[in-house]
Amino acid sequence: MKIEVLGTGCPKCMSMEQNVKKAIAELAVDADVEKVTDIQQIIQRGVMSTPALVIDGKVVLQGKNPTVDQLKHLISGT
Amino acid sequence: MSNEARKLSAEHTTSKPPKFGKRLAWPALALAAGAAWWLAYTNLERFANWLVYSALGMTAGTRLSSAISFFIYEAPKVLMLLILVVFGVGIVRSFFTPERTRRLLAGRRQTLGNVLASLLGVVTPFCSCSAVPLFIGFVTTGVPLGVTFSFLIAAPMINEVALVLLFGLFGWKVAALYLGTGLVIAMVAGWVIGRLRVERWVEGWVYKSAPMAPQGEDERMRWTERLRLGRDAVKDIVGRVWPYVLAGIAIGAGIHGYVPEQLMASIMGKGAWWSVPLAVVIGIPMYSNAAGIIPIVQALLEKGAALGTVLAFMMSVIGLSLPEVVILRKVLKLPLIATFVGVVGAGILVVGYLFNIVL
Repeated sequence: MKIEVLGTGCPKCMSMEQNVKKAIAELAVDADVEKVTDIQQIIQRGVMSTPALVIDGKVVLQGKNPTVDQLKHLISGT
Repeated sequence: MSNEARKLSAEHTTSKPPKFGKRLAWPALALAAGAAWWLAYTNLERFANWLVYSALGMTAGTRLSSAISFFIYEAPKVLMLLILVVFGVGIVRSFFTPERTRRLLAGRRQTLGNVLASLLGVVTPFCSCSAVPLFIGFVTTGVPLGVTFSFLIAAPMINEVALVLLFGLFGWKVAALYLGTGLVIAMVAGWVIGRLRVERWVEGWVYKSAPMAPQGEDERMRWTERLRLGRDAVKDIVGRVWPYVLAGIAIGAGIHGYVPEQLMASIMGKGAWWSVPLAVVIGIPMYSNAAGIIPIVQALLEKGAALGTVLAFMMSVIGLSLPEVVILRKVLKLPLIATFVGVVGAGILVVGYLFNIVL
């Protein structure tokens, strides 16, 4: 599973990255987490508000800062 | 929301229906909190007077007792108002997303678009780090450039924390002035920029970006989620801002008790015509969160500065900031940035003069 956290570096984006890592650890799934900060890349995926979460190429969440539990739901559902 | 996520939330809903008791918990909590807030708020002045004059035994009318009673009354009052408004605004914002705003604005004509964009700028949740993706998203999907600017001007400039603080410290008229003029400036500046036909000064690659596929949205958010967002907003914003608020009120209390009136009248009073442009120019490179600027506003006003000048200074600090300009430099060429700052600055200037003349 490939997970990308899209964000340009503000505190919310960084905390989402940490929460994603926590969620993955708690779910014990095998996933690659990549942080994308380049504006061009973010635009190309159709994201308008950061932070955003992309799982296996699909944008599942943008503009919100979810809790670890919510992230676990999003990740395990895929 | 993607199909997976939609299916997920449906599964989550059907596989684990919340117990009746749990569903009641949030609204009941909210109601109880509201009642407690109301009770405390309406009794604040009595409590403050009791504490200072009865319990602590200070004599009325002395500088120290005025300063202290000011602080004891104003500090909890402002903090409570802040909590209420940030919570309320958090909930209002849960109904709006940048995506939805974009759809509402796409293809709108100017003028109406400018008005709508400014209003939406106030209620749409907006983090300044998403300014660039948002800008690109808007302009590549048919939102006119001027309308986009109206949004980008209104969003940071009209700040709910500033609104609450102004209301709490200076009354509803000043707060309403700030809100009203902020909106008008956003609308007019955006409209003017639109008319100037400055598209050539947007960085070329922006328009070459493929227009985004509209992300389907599952709009139905449960109310418990909305309440949670409101609560999170309070924890986040009030949690960050309260030291500045208290510091500001402490300064205000000191000024209230100790400083003679009219000290600033000669420099920033109505008579000094150059005070408004000076205030705007000084404010442009400055950057401060809304809570931090209010104590300065209060100090200036109490010492006799004219309201128009002070409002102009505040808007210039909050609405035009160096970090924001740096971020926008990625998508706007320098002439457009200069135009943007110039038009908004001019708008703030006019507002400043208007109020000095009228009030």
